[in-house]
This record gives sequence, structure tokens and C-alpha cells, in this order.
Amino acid sequence: MSSHQEGTVAHVHRDDIGAKMGMWLFLFTEVLLFGGMFLVYAFYRFQHQDQFRVAAMELNTGIGTLNTVILLTSSLTVALAIAAIQKGNRFLSVLMLNITLVFAVMFMVNKYFEWSAKISHGLFPGSKEMLDLPNGQILFYGLYYVMTGLHALHVIIGVVILSFMLIQLMKKKITQDNHVKLENAGLYWHLVDLIWIFLFPLFYLIQ
Amino acid sequence: MENHTKSHHPGYSTYFFVWLALLAFTSITVTVAGISLGKYTMLVALGIAAIKSALVINIFMHIKFEEKIFKVFLALSFFTLLIIFILTSFDIIYR
Amino acid sequence: MANGNTVAENFYHQSTNKHKGILSWLLTVDHKRIGLMYLISVLTFFVVGIIIGLLMRLELIAPGKQLMEAQTYNSLFTLHGVIMIFLFIIPGLPAVFGNFFLPIQIGARDVAFPRLNLLSWYVYVVGAILALVSLFLPGGPIDTGWTFYVPYSVRSTTNVSLAIFAAFILGFSSILTGINFVTTTHRLRAPGMSFFKMPLFVWATYATAWIQIIATPVVGITILLVMIERAFGVGIFDPALGGDPILFQHLFWIYSHPAVYIMILPAMGVVSEIIPTFSRRTIFGYRAIAMSSLAIAFVGYLVWAHHMFTSGMSDTARWIFSLLTFIVALPSGVKVFNWVATMYKGSIDPKPPFLWVMNFIFLFSIGGLTGLVLGSLATDIHVHDTYFVVAHFHYVMFGGTGTIFFAALHYWFPKMFGRMYNDKLARIAVALYFIGFNMLYFPKFILGYMGMPRRYYDYLPQFEPLQRISTVGSWILAGTIFLIIGYLFHALVKGKKATSNPWGGVTLEWHIPSPPPLENFKEIPTVTHEPYDFSQLKEMKNE
Repeated sequence: MSSHQEGTVAHVHRDDIGAKMGMWLFLFTEVLLFGGMFLVYAFYRFQHQDQFRVAAMELNTGIGTLNTVILLTSSLTVALAIAAIQKGNRFLSVLMLNITLVFAVMFMVNKYFEWSAKISHGLFPGSKEMLDLPNGQILFYGLYYVMTGLHALHVIIGVVILSFMLIQLMKKKITQDNHVKLENAGLYWHLVDLIWIFLFPLFYLIQ
Repeated sequence: MENHTKSHHPGYSTYFFVWLALLAFTSITVTVAGISLGKYTMLVALGIAAIKSALVINIFMHIKFEEKIFKVFLALSFFTLLIIFILTSFDIIYR
Repeated sequence: MANGNTVAENFYHQSTNKHKGILSWLLTVDHKRIGLMYLISVLTFFVVGIIIGLLMRLELIAPGKQLMEAQTYNSLFTLHGVIMIFLFIIPGLPAVFGNFFLPIQIGARDVAFPRLNLLSWYVYVVGAILALVSLFLPGGPIDTGWTFYVPYSVRSTTNVSLAIFAAFILGFSSILTGINFVTTTHRLRAPGMSFFKMPLFVWATYATAWIQIIATPVVGITILLVMIERAFGVGIFDPALGGDPILFQHLFWIYSHPAVYIMILPAMGVVSEIIPTFSRRTIFGYRAIAMSSLAIAFVGYLVWAHHMFTSGMSDTARWIFSLLTFIVALPSGVKVFNWVATMYKGSIDPKPPFLWVMNFIFLFSIGGLTGLVLGSLATDIHVHDTYFVVAHFHYVMFGGTGTIFFAALHYWFPKMFGRMYNDKLARIAVALYFIGFNMLYFPKFILGYMGMPRRYYDYLPQFEPLQRISTVGSWILAGTIFLIIGYLFHALVKGKKATSNPWGGVTLEWHIPSPPPLENFKEIPTVTHEPYDFSQLKEMKNE
């Protein structure tokens, strides 16, 4: 379970592996947080299979697919940003982080149009149109808003973290031999992507 | 300070190919969703999502290149989540 | 070595920052100071919880209204639960003693993320303040019971949202502590301190930290969903909108059952420290105890629905969970038998910490055995939601973790504060605690068996004698606890100076001065001995 070298770093103040370990442990809490929601989803989908299918028809698969591509690509750029700083290429790293942020904003803009279209059709929690729907569909839309909403919140937090990293990168606080912060921020961003990979088929691809 | 990250770093091209693979799987899952596979639809969709997430975790998130203990942790978390799903299903399926 | 160190060489006089006085504490990153800050906050809320408990018992001294309205009583039992569970028991052992002793016991200077550690204390305080604020805002204090069951928690007009948000915040604090302890245990062990040389308290705290990380988010999301449902009318758990309240119960107990092990595992770790020290004998079955901690942490995830036998879930789930529940008895049994075996042929020195542990074994055994009655499907139907459950719960949590909180306090007090308390008073306290505890809670088993439901404001006249005994017991128990707090405070000021190793312990904390210096060790020790190898006592005397 343990290796011997693990114990020998007691006196070293900077511990990159320890920092990454802490970050991964935090990511597990996020996985379990969304895991709880996926459990709710599974539970209700099992009870209301047909209603879920009917309600899902209303979602825009085009926007969903576009947002999937956007997030996957932003995951690539953030991975490239880390690879670049590891090779000492600060310019490329800054560029890639900027592109990541642009993609993140694009994702949110799409989300905005998607949600506002739904809301203008009267499909939002508590609306009269919504309450007239069968129970299964109310649950579907409830979960749709909560799960994609919570995911969007994570995108926003990710934007804040990545912007902070960008500043640190430009101020040369993140360097070729000290970039664990950027790596951890990257891990967070990949997690946001990872959750979307599951949200996408569960909401947009039921037919 | 011998303790800094010295793990193996994949090159730019590796990331690029992984990205292409992810896009390919996305187009597959969207295409397949149009075809009616009956009760396998969800299984296929989740299977593809699992492959995509395995790619992201292993390559983008570097777990393949980390110390073994990280992999143990990851397995532990997913296993716990799996157990929670299975045990809850005993209620919902047999109700 | 005992008093060889000058006054200035302990963490009370050495600050990690440039500030003096109170600021040097509020901004500290020293794990020992943070542990003490937790101790003060946790004790404060413990006293608040006790007072609420006393008021409830006073109300129940006779049938009918005594001193409060029924609605006030509803709020009081909710608050008693929320405060005792989220503010006292969950952080009690890991955040106080884990913070103080985990780094020392593995030979580290601090935890892996010292600033995160301070943050987790502040998050705890913010959560606690929110919980208190929710009492006084219009709408009134929460009245759902600490389990927050839907649909009532969605519909109640009291300040449910704020109170459960406080629980959400407190969960965050718990997660941060967990992340810190797992990373510390993996990364900061002293040279030679392999996993199987770690003291058993470290093993227990490590297993606990994992539960804190993996289980807490589930209740976090559950609470968040209830808040969203209340705020926006989204249909998730509300049956009027198609939701399933049983699903809420699943999610709630997926956390809250493992949370029971967050509470009890560190307590078991403390027991495994105290018994060898006062038996002068290496622990029996070290690996079995260490592994049983991990086993309990794991098995804790498999049994949650035994809280829901009468909820209306499927029969298949009911018998599966009933069966799985019995598995928990195995690792717990492994521990108890190994503790007893450790004492066998040991040279037992019944000092107060050891007596506290004896108290624990008795009370916890009653709690554990009555748990079997609740875990079996058939008998649970009879006693579900009666005082029987209340009694079982208090024997396990208060008789288990609460008792060990005092054991740990008596065991490590000289190390933490550098003073000794009055031995005779401590022995009297153990005896009074035992009497008061059993008077308070044992009648509840009988009452529950006779059919007295839990959380009821009023009761039938035939229950009066037992209810009255229980109330008198609450006075004895609370009096004892105030006595303990009293003589410990007295010891802080007037107690005689403690040596570095008053009990003859051999784990690393007994190798350093009392109280420990900042950063604990002048030089990081190299560990060669097994954790409970008492042959090193002779060398330690020569140090």
C-alpha cells in the first residue's frame, strides 16, 4: 500500500505530489456530489421511462452537441497549456489558457440561449405550463435545470480559477519547475468536462 | 527538493490524438442515438461516455502517469459510487 | 527532560505569524493551536446541546405541559440533534484530537495543508453561526428533526433553508479536514514510520477521513436539492410533483450511516491507544485492529437502509440491508476481543483514562447489542421510532464517542496543557457519569419497548415513573460533565506541572515535552520500534 520513499519527504515544505493528492481527493468529493444527482436521475428515469423520453424531445440536441465539442476542445487546450509550461514555453501556455477561457465563455453563451428559449416557452420550475405536465416530465425538467445548472456553476468557478492561473502565469509565479497550481486547476477543468460527458447523453440523447 | 513532479509527460501530439478520438466518439454517440436500439440505447450511450471519460482521466488528467496510490484512490471512489447505485437499485427495481 | 525545557519553548509561546495575543491564534496555521480552537468551539456547543437536552428532560418530567409549548419542544429536539451531531460529535474527536495528535504520532511537523486546516475551522464557525442565526430570524427555529425528512422539510414554514445550509457548510469543513488527514498520513510520515508502524489512533483517523471525503458530498447534494426545491419549486422530492420521499431517505442515510462511523471510529482509535498504555503490554492483534478500521469504514456504506425498514421500500431491499447490517458486528467484534486480549496478563494500572475506557466498553456494548434488535427486520418493526431507538442511539454515540471524548481529554490533557488534573475527582467523575448515564438512558429502552414514541411532547400516565427516573439521571449526568469541565479548568491554572510522559506511553507524542514545542520535533525522529513496544520505556527514561 505504501512505498518507502513516501515517508521520506517529511521535512520538505513543497510537496507537489501531496498537492496533487489533495486535489484528487477534492475531485472525488465532486464526483460523489454529482454521483448523488445521477442516482436521483436513475431512480426517476426508471420510474418514468416514457415521460423522460417525451420530455427529452424538447431539448436541443444541436446545442448540446456543440457544447460537448466546445468543452472537449477546451479540455485539450488546458492540457496543452500545462504541457507547454512543462516544456518552458510560456507564450504557448498563455495562449492556450486564453483559448480555454474563450471556449468556456462560448459554452455559457450557448447555455444562456438554450435556457432562455426554454423559459420563453414557459418551461421553468413552478410555471403554469410546467405544472400541467405529467409528473415524469416535471421531474425531468427539474433535474435538467438542477444538474445542468450546477454544472454551469462549476464552469463559472472554473473560469475564475483559470483566470487566476493566467495572471499567475503572466506574473511568472507559475514556472517550468513550479506549475503544480496550474496542473490542479487543469484537473478541475477536466472534471467539469467529465461530468458533461455523462450529462450530454442522459439529457440530450434520449430518443 | 528532489520531490518535484518528474512524471513522464506526453507530447502535444498525444493530446491532439486523444482529442480527435473524443470527437469521434461524440459523433458516434450522436449518430447511434438516432437509431432505435431498444433497451440497449442507454447502455450504448453510457458505454461510450465511459470510454470517453477513461480517455480524459488517463491522458488529460495524467492518472496513467501518476503513482500507483492515485489509481487505488480513484478505483476506491468509483467502487463506492457503484455500490451505492447497486444497493439502491434493490429498492427501486423490486418495489 | 521533564521540565528541562524553558517556558518559551512550547507552542503556546511560539507563534507561526508575527501577531501577538488573540490574533496570533486566529491567524495561526499550527495544527496544535487549531486543535485547541476546535476544542473550545466544540465544548461550547456541547454545553449548549446539554442545556437543551436538560430542558427537554425537564419538560418530560410529568405528562402534559410543564414549561414550554409543543412547537418549542419540536424545535428543541431538532436543535439538540443538529448541534450534538454536526457541531459536537462529528468534529469532536477528529478535528480536536486528530488535529493535535495525528501529525505528532506520525512524526510530522504539521499537517499537509496547514492553511486549509485553519480555513476548515473558520468554515466550521461560519456554519455554527448560521445555525444559531436561523433560530432568531422570523419564521422561527427549524422543527423537522435533525433528519430533515421531506416532504415536511419542503413545506415547513420555519427557517429550514438556513439551518440546512448551515449543515451543508459544516459538511465542507468536515471534507477539508478529511482531505488534510489523508494527504498528511500518506505524505508526511517520519522515516521508518511505515503504514504498519502507525499508532492505531492514526489508522482510525485515517479511515475516518476517507468516510468524510467520500460520504459527506452525498448529504451535501441532498441538502442542496431540498434548498433548491424550497426556493424555486422544482419538483425533486415533493410527491405532489411526482417526487419520491423515500429517495430522500436513501440519499440522507447514504451519508448519515457512514457518518455514524465518522463519529465512532476515532473513538475506537483512542481506546486502542489507552488500553496498551495502561496495560503495559503491546496491543494484541495490531494488524487486525488496523484493518478492522478500514473494514468498518467500508462496510458502513453497505447498510444505510436499515434506518428505513418501515418507510415502504421494497421487501427485497429490506432483507438485503438487514442481512448486510449484521456484517458490521464482525469488525467491531474484532476490536473488542483484541482490546480484552490486550489486557489479559497485562500489568493494569487503572488511572482515570483507563477507567473511562472501561466505562466506554460497558456502555458501547449495550449500545451495540441493542443495535442487533434494531438491525433485525422483524424486531425493528416493533420498536421503530420509539424511545428504544433513542436509547440505542445515545448508548452508541454518547456512551461510545461521548465517553471517549472524555477519555481522550483525560489521557492527553497533560500533553496538551502541560498540567495534571486531580486524580481523585477524576475517579469520582467516572463513577457518577456511569450512574447518571444509565439512569438517563436505560429506562428509555423499557419505555420504547412499552411503546413510547420518540419526539413526542406528551405521554401516557403509565410512563411517568420511568420518565421521571430518566429526568433525574439527566441532572446527575449533566452535573458530572460540569464537574469535569470545572476540575479541568482548575487544573489549567493550579494543576501541578506534567512531565513529558506521565502515563508511560510509548507513541511519539510521549517522546516530546509537554506541552509540545512549535513544529513538534527538534529533529524528525527515525522510527525503529513497533508502535506499542514498551521495551523502549527504559531508553526513553535515559533520554
